[in-house]
Amino acid sequence: MEKQKKTQHTNLMICAGTGCVSCGSFGVRDALVKEIEKQDLSDEVLVATTGCNGFCAAGPLLVSYPDGVFYQKLQVEDVPFFVEEYLLKGRVVKKHLFVRPEDKEAIPAINDIGFFSNQLLVTLRNRGLIDPEIIDDYIARDGYMAAEKALNEMTPEEIIREVTEAGIRGRGGGGFPTGLKWKFCADASGSQKYILCNADEGDPGAFMDRSILEADPHAVLEGMIIGAKAIGAHQGYIYVRAEYPLAIERLETAIAQAEEYGLLGDDILGSGFDMKIELYHGAGAFVCGEETALMLSIQGQRGMPRPRPPFPAHKGLWNLPTVLNNVETWANIPQIIFRGSKWFNSLGTEKSTGTKVFALTGCVKNIGLIEVPMGVTLRSIVYDVGGGIPGKRRKLKAVQVGGPSGGCIPESLIDTPVDFESIVKTGAIVGSGGMVVMDDTSCMVDVAKFFLEFTVEESCGKCTPCREGTQQMLHILDRITLGKGRPEDIDTLITLSAMIKSSSLCGLGQTAPNPVETTIKYFREEYEAHIFEKRCPAKKCKALLKFEVVPELCKKCGLCFKACPSEAITWVKKSVAVIDIDKCTQCMNCYAVCKFDSII
Amino acid sequence: MAKLKIEDLRRIKESKKGTVNLREGVYRAKVTVHMGTCGIAAGARTVMNTLMTAIGEKKTDDVILTSSGCAGLCSQEPMMTVEVEGLSPVKYVYLDEEKTMKIFREHVIGGKPVAEYAITMGSETTY
Repeated sequence: MEKQKKTQHTNLMICAGTGCVSCGSFGVRDALVKEIEKQDLSDEVLVATTGCNGFCAAGPLLVSYPDGVFYQKLQVEDVPFFVEEYLLKGRVVKKHLFVRPEDKEAIPAINDIGFFSNQLLVTLRNRGLIDPEIIDDYIARDGYMAAEKALNEMTPEEIIREVTEAGIRGRGGGGFPTGLKWKFCADASGSQKYILCNADEGDPGAFMDRSILEADPHAVLEGMIIGAKAIGAHQGYIYVRAEYPLAIERLETAIAQAEEYGLLGDDILGSGFDMKIELYHGAGAFVCGEETALMLSIQGQRGMPRPRPPFPAHKGLWNLPTVLNNVETWANIPQIIFRGSKWFNSLGTEKSTGTKVFALTGCVKNIGLIEVPMGVTLRSIVYDVGGGIPGKRRKLKAVQVGGPSGGCIPESLIDTPVDFESIVKTGAIVGSGGMVVMDDTSCMVDVAKFFLEFTVEESCGKCTPCREGTQQMLHILDRITLGKGRPEDIDTLITLSAMIKSSSLCGLGQTAPNPVETTIKYFREEYEAHIFEKRCPAKKCKALLKFEVVPELCKKCGLCFKACPSEAITWVKKSVAVIDIDKCTQCMNCYAVCKFDSII
Repeated sequence: MAKLKIEDLRRIKESKKGTVNLREGVYRAKVTVHMGTCGIAAGARTVMNTLMTAIGEKKTDDVILTSSGCAGLCSQEPMMTVEVEGLSPVKYVYLDEEKTMKIFREHVIGGKPVAEYAITMGSETTY
């Protein structure tokens, strides 16, 4: 008992998002606990696991409080030294600090690191600060206060007015005003209504929803309770994809804890309001992220979209009025109710309020999960938060925003503000928040082909334009990258795109041509080079690669000769290298090693 | 666990306030115990334990406790630096359990530095 009276003065917060877990953060946690016990520091130091910290590229991560020191790339074997130096002797362990790429300066404080200081956390406000599996941690940071306010002090109309005035728009991709959606459903007649959460995140490279669920599952539950009161529902479902085991585990824990506390179930907080939430595991079909398909899937039917209207607000799950919002939208709701709509709409731009979470990946130094206010420029995201493009010789070429439904925004438009309207003007969409940075080694035809392959694979096949149209487009792109492109191909792609967009049944088909359209719009010359010159400027499409040495640039060093695995290069000292095209396997080794750009 | 009422929600929040403050870096007073080899040898661990118990018993949630390396004055260890909001930091030397408790009561909680145990006001300038 004596021991428990003491206050643990240091909290080590270990990132336990999927990224860090997969590089061993649980092992590091266990090693830390053991070592701390060994050094008899257990009643001084608390080791806690948190959700994703965001800086996924540098995991396993640890942040120490109250000092706010950020440690990266901690491995089990580093632990004894770390405990001795940092915890026993009070010295910062330099080896694990973040090093600023510009000046190689090691930065201890998390708030001094550009990746973190340039972010604004609303949805992810609890990341790294609470243990997502401890409900008291969530309550400590104002958790369930908004639900309490909504249930005991507000009428459904007041809740909807607050959400409408906040101006929040759906974070799942559509950008439809959330308050309006709720109002439609609240006005719909029907004694039984449903509240749904879309956690079927399927875009390649996107992990926003997963991170929110892993870091702060109670925020989503609380948002759904508030939404349920607003529309008069008493049953909620979270449709979460089965490929997110950690998110599912934390959600299950969160639901069980909330039920135990009476924050879910009958008579929540003595308000007389009842609400239940159940999980439904999605089986991995991309199209089930579409609302009507998702509802059919919950009903146990094949997940295929149906024409709208009737909209789900009137006829949704089991043909009853339903509100479906994305994970990120739900996680914003408690904040809006607790802090008020005025606070929320002071963030972001006039028409796109609040913040947005993005999964920043690709050719950028700081890969991870970020949250920024709506309206910041792409440049700020890529350079201030992302730290710029790795590699001295590489240049930014484009940013792919919005996944397979989005488009490629070229470097020339890098100052575009990231809000719903401005991004749509470029031909892309904000989408759910995937953001892939591409440097000059990316072939835009190849990128378009990659995303189209995905949509062709995931098209449910119900409507012809999407099923057949995207397939035909893919045939053409295939042909172009193999050097068999025809002069009319670009025009055919444009015509097909317009047809598919206007006649497809759901969002999947209506947006599937976006990657192709935007790459043609901004990088038409690359398509032309493939078709007319049978050349891939970014050296990605293997069938079009014919390497040769430019004798005037060759310094006769022989690096390419040594790098060639297929003996296609002949070279003797003091002579220009020669490449035998017939033997060349297009492995790119010689191209990569040549320091003088003399291989083209 | 019985079902929560509104008061319970507030109570849980209140009871975790110290942890939240610690993680957010919000504090009124910060106590740094110098835990170099010299400090530890001279008994810095006792000072640390005393403070942890004191904070725990008093249930203060706005005092944070941290350790640092040797302060360079090894002959006068154990040492600690107390920074109370609005006051200059004060370094205390030759500490033991009793002195630590007095400093905790009068300076950390009361806001009045204990001159008899202090060696200096202010800290070195660091670059």
